[in-house]
Amino acid sequence: MSQFLQFLFSGLTEGAVYALVALGFTIIYNASDVVNFAQGEFVMLGGMVTFFANAAGLPLPLAALAAMLVTIAVGLALNKLAIGPARGASVVTLIIITIGASIFLKGVTQLVFDKRFHRFQAFSGDTPIRVLDATILPQSLWVLGGAGMIFLGLWLFFNRSITGKAMSAMAANRLAAELVGIHANRMMALAFGLSAAIGAIAGILITPITPTSVEVGTLLALKGFAAAMLGGMGSPAGAVTGGLIVGIVEKMSAGYLSTNYKDAVAFIIILATLFVLPTGLFGKAKVERV
Amino acid sequence: MIIRRGLLAATVTLACSAFGATAQAQDKIKIGAVLAVTGPASFLGDPNAKTLKIQVEDINKKGGVLGKPIELVLYDTGSDPTKAKQFAERLIQEDKVIAQVGGTTTAETMAMIPVFEEAKVPFISLGGAVVIIDPVKPFTFKTPHTDKMACEKIFEDLKKRGLTKIGMISGQDAFGKSMQGQCKGVAGKYGIEIVADETYGAADNDMTAQLTKIKTTAGVQAVVNPGFSQGPALVTRNYKQLGMTVPLYQSHGVASKQFIELAGDAAEGVRLPASALLVAEKLPDSDPQKSVVVAYKKFYEETTKSPVSTFGGHAFDGMNILIEAIKRANSTDPVKIRDELEKTKGFMGTAGVVNMSPTDHMGLDLTAFRMLEIKKGDWALLP
Repeated sequence: MSQFLQFLFSGLTEGAVYALVALGFTIIYNASDVVNFAQGEFVMLGGMVTFFANAAGLPLPLAALAAMLVTIAVGLALNKLAIGPARGASVVTLIIITIGASIFLKGVTQLVFDKRFHRFQAFSGDTPIRVLDATILPQSLWVLGGAGMIFLGLWLFFNRSITGKAMSAMAANRLAAELVGIHANRMMALAFGLSAAIGAIAGILITPITPTSVEVGTLLALKGFAAAMLGGMGSPAGAVTGGLIVGIVEKMSAGYLSTNYKDAVAFIIILATLFVLPTGLFGKAKVERV
Repeated sequence: MIIRRGLLAATVTLACSAFGATAQAQDKIKIGAVLAVTGPASFLGDPNAKTLKIQVEDINKKGGVLGKPIELVLYDTGSDPTKAKQFAERLIQEDKVIAQVGGTTTAETMAMIPVFEEAKVPFISLGGAVVIIDPVKPFTFKTPHTDKMACEKIFEDLKKRGLTKIGMISGQDAFGKSMQGQCKGVAGKYGIEIVADETYGAADNDMTAQLTKIKTTAGVQAVVNPGFSQGPALVTRNYKQLGMTVPLYQSHGVASKQFIELAGDAAEGVRLPASALLVAEKLPDSDPQKSVVVAYKKFYEETTKSPVSTFGGHAFDGMNILIEAIKRANSTDPVKIRDELEKTKGFMGTAGVVNMSPTDHMGLDLTAFRMLEIKKGDWALLP
């Protein structure tokens, strides 16, 4: 029982990070049909910039804020400089552009910072909390709490605010949205900025548990993508559910089967989803009226 | 007509530069160094590189070797064994080095050995696994203690504490895998029983699943973690996170302050076999290694302004052993240098006293390894 509980806890923590990455995917996808594979780099930047800002002398909260601002700036730049000029190109082209951007960001970060692993201290200490026979870190609670709050905030935003509804309108039909006066460019910028912020927060929350380095973004993006696919690309509830499922299944298989194939789990999930339920758990089938 | 002239001119220029190159080569002693300066093994490769650079500068300032300056040809593999092999070929074919001190990790070393063996050029490796020099290959040597010795040293300490049942959690990089195998092989000799055997990928970021399995295995009295770089640091942190209290042993793959930085206060109480270099000033004055390790520590820390690690020490020893052999051979012929390398006797390095032979291309014995414990974020020598 204690083994199961332990795997569950670490699965939930890791799953929360995947959920945040998946949420980032969802927002940009909803605004533009683009899958932004640089999403993982937003998480990486959140962690790395916080560490270096902190190491340079800023107290941790300010360093985290600085990291968020930097990452949002990067997200906006990505939209303006990479996606913007290519507007009108096919979605596939845009996706490939984001892959290129992710490689570029990795390279620049390597040069500006370094290739080593870094972590900073946990927000409320390192003493593990005993729950029955398993332990959970206080930082894990921060991650789960943070993810929960972000999800709630996004739900309120999309369902209860005009701007949020405008973004959903963009997803439904971009031309129609523009015709009723929704500023498509501003919505895109907002989508990227928001995704970047969420990614950065995920990075800041998880780094005390799992040290960050320039390379962490790539695998995170792929797993977050698996989570988003599983939950239904475009559905925030799906993103969170998918993320948690991927995280838990990963840790369970690592614990009960073999740790060697842990990373394959996410990819098996993508394949299974595409074969069995292509629209994901919460996704709606795309219907075109003729 | 013009084309013919052009071709002729080109050929003449090429021939001249070829002459120029060989003429240049005779003025300098070219020693290669293919290291993992960046990437996952930069823990080890960065001190390797820093040491060799300042060491060669220092030797050249004092007049070089056989009256000639040393040219260090250094390539960064980014911890990638495939790149290591490519650089090895470049060292042999283009740079025409007479020897190499390099190969930060076991994986990179094993990739480069065939290249150097075929070219009959001496290769002093900085990798850990025993397979590098056992079976002995004519031109391959190494300076760090082997993983087999690490297992033996750890098991010796376990025996002293009356602990016999252990769990193992091993990184699946070449060194971790090799040490896992070696420990299994020598466990019987020390009466050690391995009741749990887990592994993790070298790039994994969470080992709580594996440690949970070890934690819930009945009878585990201690845990041994073969591996290097950040993997063991994560294992150590997860160890504390899970509230595990049985003694944790690391290998000499973590013998650098970076491990303590990454593991934080989870590192408190962790034991590992390492060279005396880490506790240089704390050695009793009567210790035969003291003067060498203190001198290197001072040299490295003052010149690079970073804390010393055994990995830099291994590079330092490798270069010194090579220089001594070149001096004794009084030639830059790689085969003669190799012959002299095998005659290295009584060389006191940062890792211990080295006595090589045609059948022993490492030369260290167990006395060179000290058992250390991490206390209050620093290394402490165990009696």
